[in-house]
Amino acid sequence: MLENRIIRIIEGIVGEQHVSTADTDRLCYSYDATQRQHRPDAVVWPSNAKEISLLLKMANAEGIPVYPRGAGSGFTGGSLPIHGGLALVLTRLDAILRIDEENLIAEVEPGVVTRQLQKAVEALGLFYPPDPASLKFSTLGGNVAECAGGPRCVKYGVTKDYVLGLEVVTPQGDIIRTGGETMKGVVGYDLTKLLVGSEGTLGVITKIILKLLPLPAAKKTMLVLFDSIDGAAQAVAAIIGGKIIPTTLEFMDGTTIDCVRRNTDLELPQAARAVLIIEVDGDSALIEKQAETILKLVNPLGVVNTWVAANSEESEAIWQVRRSVSPSMRKVNPDKFNEDICVPRSRLPEMIRTIEAISDKLQIPIVNFGHAGDGNIHVNIMVDTAEPGQEQKAKQAIEEIFAATLKLGGTMSGEHGVGVTKAPYIPMELDPAAVAYMKAIKKALDPNNILNPGKIFLQD
Amino acid sequence: MKRLDRHKTLADYRQQMDQCVKCGVCRAHCPVFGEEGREAVVARGKVTLAHALLNKEIEPDPLLSENFSKCLQCGKCVRRCPTQVPVDDIVLAARREIVARRGQSLFGRSLTSLLRRPRLMHLLAGSARRAARLLFRRVPQKSGLRLRFPAPFIDRQRSLPALAKRPFRRRHPEFIAGQPDQPIIALFTGCMVNYLYPEIGEGALKALAALGFNVIIPKDQGCCGLPALSAGDGTSASELAARNLRAFGEHQPDQIVTLCASCHSGLTHHFKDLGPDYEALAERVVDINDLLVSQGLEEVLQQLPQATQKPKVTVHTPCHLRNSGLDEPPKKLLAALPTIELVKMNKANACCGLGGTFSVHHYQTSRQLGAAKANAVKESGADLVATACPGCIMQLQDSLDQADLPQRACHVLELVGEALEEKS
Repeated sequence: MLENRIIRIIEGIVGEQHVSTADTDRLCYSYDATQRQHRPDAVVWPSNAKEISLLLKMANAEGIPVYPRGAGSGFTGGSLPIHGGLALVLTRLDAILRIDEENLIAEVEPGVVTRQLQKAVEALGLFYPPDPASLKFSTLGGNVAECAGGPRCVKYGVTKDYVLGLEVVTPQGDIIRTGGETMKGVVGYDLTKLLVGSEGTLGVITKIILKLLPLPAAKKTMLVLFDSIDGAAQAVAAIIGGKIIPTTLEFMDGTTIDCVRRNTDLELPQAARAVLIIEVDGDSALIEKQAETILKLVNPLGVVNTWVAANSEESEAIWQVRRSVSPSMRKVNPDKFNEDICVPRSRLPEMIRTIEAISDKLQIPIVNFGHAGDGNIHVNIMVDTAEPGQEQKAKQAIEEIFAATLKLGGTMSGEHGVGVTKAPYIPMELDPAAVAYMKAIKKALDPNNILNPGKIFLQD
Repeated sequence: MKRLDRHKTLADYRQQMDQCVKCGVCRAHCPVFGEEGREAVVARGKVTLAHALLNKEIEPDPLLSENFSKCLQCGKCVRRCPTQVPVDDIVLAARREIVARRGQSLFGRSLTSLLRRPRLMHLLAGSARRAARLLFRRVPQKSGLRLRFPAPFIDRQRSLPALAKRPFRRRHPEFIAGQPDQPIIALFTGCMVNYLYPEIGEGALKALAALGFNVIIPKDQGCCGLPALSAGDGTSASELAARNLRAFGEHQPDQIVTLCASCHSGLTHHFKDLGPDYEALAERVVDINDLLVSQGLEEVLQQLPQATQKPKVTVHTPCHLRNSGLDEPPKKLLAALPTIELVKMNKANACCGLGGTFSVHHYQTSRQLGAAKANAVKESGADLVATACPGCIMQLQDSLDQADLPQRACHVLELVGEALEEKS
């Protein structure tokens, strides 16, 4: 627990009402979407970079860990205060500072909810493409810290492709700016790229300059049912081989279809063992033509049925199929281990077959869906941890899946990051010299290991 | 007295609490979290706190009470939750647990002890009316009142409805005959219709008469129990339930009709917890709008003569009706009225911000939510905002008054009643 003296100092920095050591608040900032709990000693709600700078200077002097946090919706425990200390809640920094229509940039504070920015720019005919599933509640600061992805990244890329510059409080309390407002810029090391996806271990983001695009005029959504996952995977290759990059190429495997069958108005016949949701966007005449070409390309690949949305309601009905996946999964088993592996997209069918083999061998259901366009699969190992041995089996499955992923040239996280849940597996993917290189950076920038300690790397 | 069945305890919700996966979806939907921004206010935080309270990992201290008081019971988090955790019910169970362990707040105690005693209510309503001139002043050009003097718990700026000259139940006999072959409908008046908005009851009687129904207004009925539940007073809620079971059970009506979205929730959703007798009664409870639509009042209304001057009316959907899947009936009745022009409003489903005792404890937050609502009414271009819950009417009127807008809030049944009256 923190001494009263420390609390007085924090109160002096942020004001009495913006720090709490009450059990209720410590509990409420002890978790994220991993459902693990670690209580911080105190919760702090700063309102600007200056306050954060003073807090970090104090933390360095006193040796108190600081855990930055946005909405707490991460899946790998990136914001969990595993060593106590301060939960640094950044949601009061929630201003959209400006939207520059001439230069197509937006400057925001980290606590802005992603959807809120999208709405604001779309009202001006502009577009911020990154769209993590949590976009209605996750914050841009969290998206940047974890380098969030989403269904649209086949065409538009992930968060890092939109971050031009940052204002960051360093672990030792200096306020620095990285990058800038220009599309080009090559002065010095690219600290912006280093900080995006650094999971809050190298600095606290206090301002973000984001690149915007013009809003596409229209979009068209299609749902195609295949008789096998191979058909769906070949369809992905055929579409991209046909020189069309759709906005999204989402897939669901047979087990996922079984889960959602009763939760949708669309008919999903038993013969359907894989689904692709394909969306194209752009000029309306162009997308009509693209949609036609796509259907021609995929038709010979074991298509069971196809829906093409004629309007936004029908498009919504198709997306509802995808959205009903998460709530339906608990019917399979109460506990879910959710991984987000990514393989080169041509290896997708091989990966799915390997996962199916692991599922059969260990006799535990595994539900796969995700972003086929970029080979990013959400692997959901469904178990009942109340039953003896099940949790152990899930862990074995995770390890075998990671090993297979790496063998196919993939990575163990496409968009969730490492945090605490994937830290034990890092040596499987990164060679020791690369880990040492990363640790050297952390050590140089945060010699007292104050900022988000215990994340990414296992404790030494 | 017969042993009272109890409402569910926190322990009864243990399994449902375990279903919260802490995903954070509720952060996008909780109106109170939208204003206050702290995790202890949002559903995910409340479930965590309720769980800790149940496991005795946390003390039922004033801060915990405060956090659990910050819930409008609008149910939006439940509707959007991927695993449908019944957070609204869990919050009420947590309030009961805290009250049981710590005792009730002064406000909760005084309100529920009053609502528990209908005769005392009648008596007080009479004297309060006489005292009103001293205590309240009229809001200029409005039908409402404001307090003259500071009072505990009630913000002086809040506009309040005037007490009825005569409570609704005193105006009418217990039985009003309709056509002999038609069903007997028992009218649950609810406290607000009885003492504050009798015109809603009058509208209901006209509509029921137009369909030829026989109406019983049981004399011994009491409050639906929702305010007591909201204050964490399960005992009073159970006693009120027993009173209503007796009052309505003895008449054996075909259906029991409610005029208030919250009363409907109190007599259906919350009644069912209490045992088979209560469940059987709850089965016969129907919302007035739902009943009138299912019995063909739309056709009756459509045949009324077209008005030459039609006020523009927009609709606010009470959370308690929507949670019961009853958003459509009030809109259908309004659409059938040839005396008004129905216009759309943005976010017609958003909570008005009343939340029972919420608006008393947290008037500032309540007022901010109400301000958004008032703005939506203004932007709709409507002259009137109609709804199906007296609580919402009180809040909407206050929000309109605070925003200095000329629009008025009313019940769908007032408009239906007026239209039917013009015919006769």
